[in-house]
Amino acid sequence: MSDRSRQGNATLAVRNLTKHFPVRQDLFNTLFGDKQVVHAVDNVSFNIGREETFGLVGESGSGKSTTGRLIARLTEPTSGGVTLDGVDWFALDRRELRRRRRDVQMIFQNPFASLDPRWTVQSIVAEPLATHGVATGAELRRRVAELLVAVGLEPSHAQRFPHQFSGGQRQRIGLARALALSPKLLIADEPVSALDVSVQAQILNMMQEIQQRYRLSVLFISHDLSVVKYICDRVAVMYLGEVVEVTETDTLFRAPLHPYTQALLAAIPEPTTKRRTFAAIDGEIPSPIHPPSGCRFHPRCPRAQALCSQKAPAFEEHAPGHWAACHFVETPAPARGRRGE
Amino acid sequence: MTDVLLEVDDLVTHFHTKRGVVQAVDHVSLTVAPGETVGLVGESGCGKSAMGQSIMRLIESPGQIVGGRVLFEGSDLLGKTPEEVRQIRGSRITMIFQDPTTTLNPVFPIGEQIAEVFRYHTDVGPREAKERVIDMLAQVGIPRPAERYADYPHEFSGGMQQRVIIACALILHPALIIADEPTTALDVTVQAQILSLLNELQASVSNTAVILISHDLGVVAQMCERVCVMYAGNLIEVASTDRILDGPKHPYTVGLIQSIPRLDMDRQQLAPIPGSVADPIHPPSGCKFHPRCPHAFARCSAERPVLRRLPDGHQVACHLFDDR
Repeated sequence: MSDRSRQGNATLAVRNLTKHFPVRQDLFNTLFGDKQVVHAVDNVSFNIGREETFGLVGESGSGKSTTGRLIARLTEPTSGGVTLDGVDWFALDRRELRRRRRDVQMIFQNPFASLDPRWTVQSIVAEPLATHGVATGAELRRRVAELLVAVGLEPSHAQRFPHQFSGGQRQRIGLARALALSPKLLIADEPVSALDVSVQAQILNMMQEIQQRYRLSVLFISHDLSVVKYICDRVAVMYLGEVVEVTETDTLFRAPLHPYTQALLAAIPEPTTKRRTFAAIDGEIPSPIHPPSGCRFHPRCPRAQALCSQKAPAFEEHAPGHWAACHFVETPAPARGRRGE
Repeated sequence: MTDVLLEVDDLVTHFHTKRGVVQAVDHVSLTVAPGETVGLVGESGCGKSAMGQSIMRLIESPGQIVGGRVLFEGSDLLGKTPEEVRQIRGSRITMIFQDPTTTLNPVFPIGEQIAEVFRYHTDVGPREAKERVIDMLAQVGIPRPAERYADYPHEFSGGMQQRVIIACALILHPALIIADEPTTALDVTVQAQILSLLNELQASVSNTAVILISHDLGVVAQMCERVCVMYAGNLIEVASTDRILDGPKHPYTVGLIQSIPRLDMDRQQLAPIPGSVADPIHPPSGCKFHPRCPHAFARCSAERPVLRRLPDGHQVACHLFDDR
C-alpha cells in the first residue's frame, strides 16, 4: 500500500507496479534451470496529485526509468496497475490507448537523440498536433509558434533543424513537443542531466513556470537529489527496484527515515566551505537478478540486524504522509561523519 | 617563492577543425605545489580537459600545442622527445580518466595491466611486480586481491574498475596525478567511496599533488585546497576553495555558483547565467564572457582582461577589478 494522503485528488495512482525482464540463458538452463529475471521494478506504489511535481530518485539500476516507461506504456508491466484520472491505464485497448496517449507525455535525457535530425522544429512540434487531428494549416503553425514562445524560443526557430541548437535549446524543443497536446501528466526522465549547470538552471526554472502555467502533474525522474529538492513537491526514493521512502520534499531532506536515503544524502559533495569526510556506505548496488533476501539494502546498511536479511520490511506510514520500508526506522543511525565547522 | 612542482606558462593549444581553429587552451598559466590538490572547473568545452591532456603531452592531431611551457620538476615537458615523455608519463605524472571501461584493456587481466606499467618504469622481476600489484590492489580496497589479480575488467563493477585504475596511477608513487572527471560516471554513493580513497592515498602513499578536473563544484569544494575556474579556454579566476565559494569575484564564477541547486539551502531561487557558452571558433571579442555578463561595459568587448593578482592573493581576469 502506498500513501493515501492525496489519494482524493490523485491524477495518477500507481499500485504494486512490477516489471521483470527475462534474462537470456543458455539452452540447458532454459530447459532445466530456474527461469532468471531482472527485478527491474518490484511492487512500486505511489500517487501523484493534481499539479504536483513528484520526484523519483535513485542510483543507476534502481528502476526509476523503467517505472517512468511503464507509466508511459512504452514497456508493458509484469503485474500491477496504473490509473490516470480514474481510468485503468493498462486496461485500454490499442485504439483507446492511442486516443489517450496525449494525456501522458514524456521528455528524455539526451536532447541529441530524442529529436529527429532531418525534421524541422516545425515538423517536430507539429507532429503530435497533426496526428491527433487537433489543428491543421495556419492554425497548426500558430499553435507551434505559441508553444515555441512558451518554452523560451522564437517563432522563427520553427524553420531550423535540431543541429542548429544547443543542448539546452533542444531540451526546450522536446518540451514544446510534449506540451503540444496539453497532457495531464508529464514524465521527465533525467531532463537536465546532460546539461551544464548554468543551462540546467535555465531549464529547471522554465519547467517550474511551465508546470504552473499548464497546470501539469509531473513525474520527475533524476539521480540528482539537489535538482529534485529544487523542483519537486514530494519525492520517492528507489533502491534496486523498490520504493524505500516517500514523503514531502522538505521532510525528506530534513529528516530522512530510511538508512539508504540518509546514506545518499551524506554522500553528496556540496559546494560549501564546510568540509566533511564523505560518509561512504560500503559496497555497490547488488545484482537485480539475485537481489538480497529480506530488505534489499541490508548488505550495505549500517543498521542491519539478523531480521533484515530474513524478512522484507513493510512499507509503512511513520508520520502523516511519510512512508518508509525499514524494520528499524526508530533506531537512530550511528553518528555520521559530518564535521561541521 | 614557495616550492613549485608544476608550472604551466602561457600555454596555448589549438584544435584544427573543418569550421576553423578551436582555441581550446588560450594563454593559460598556473602553478601546482608538491602535494597540493588543485581543482580545475568549468563547463563543457571550457578547455579543462585539453589543459590536462596538454600537460601530459597527450594532444593528438587535429590538436596541437601551439605555444607556452610546461615546467615539471624544473624541466620543460614540451621540449622533451616522445621517449623522454614516456618515461615521465605513468611514473612521475599519471592520469585517471572519467570512463574506467575505456581506460582498461578488456582482453588482459587487470593485475597484468598494472604490472606492465610497473615493470616498464622499474627493473623489478615479474614475481616481485606481482606482489607489489597485489599489495596496491589491497590498498585501494579490492577484496581478495590475490585472487582478483587474474580477473578481467568486465568482472568488476564501475567503482571497482576505477579503484583498479587508481592502483595503477599510484603504484609508482607519482609526483602528480591528473584526474579528469574521475567520478563522473559513478553513482553518488560509489563516488563518495572513490573520493575518500583518493584523499586518503594521496597523502599516505606518496605526497602526490592532484589536478582534479571536474564540472562539479561540489566535488572540487570537498577535495581541493585551491580552485581554478576556466571559461572558453581562459583561466578567469584562481583562489583558495573557501574564497571561491564564499566570495567569488568573476561574474562567471558568481553565476556558476548561483546556478547550482543546493541541499543546504531552503527556498532557493536559481539565478541562471543567460545565453549559452561562447562559440569556441569565433569567440566574442575582448572578454569572452561579456555577452552574458550582467556587469559588462564598453571596455569588456574591446580588450581581453588578463589574470591579475589582487592584494588579497585572489587572482581574477575581469575589468571590474582593474585598478584605474
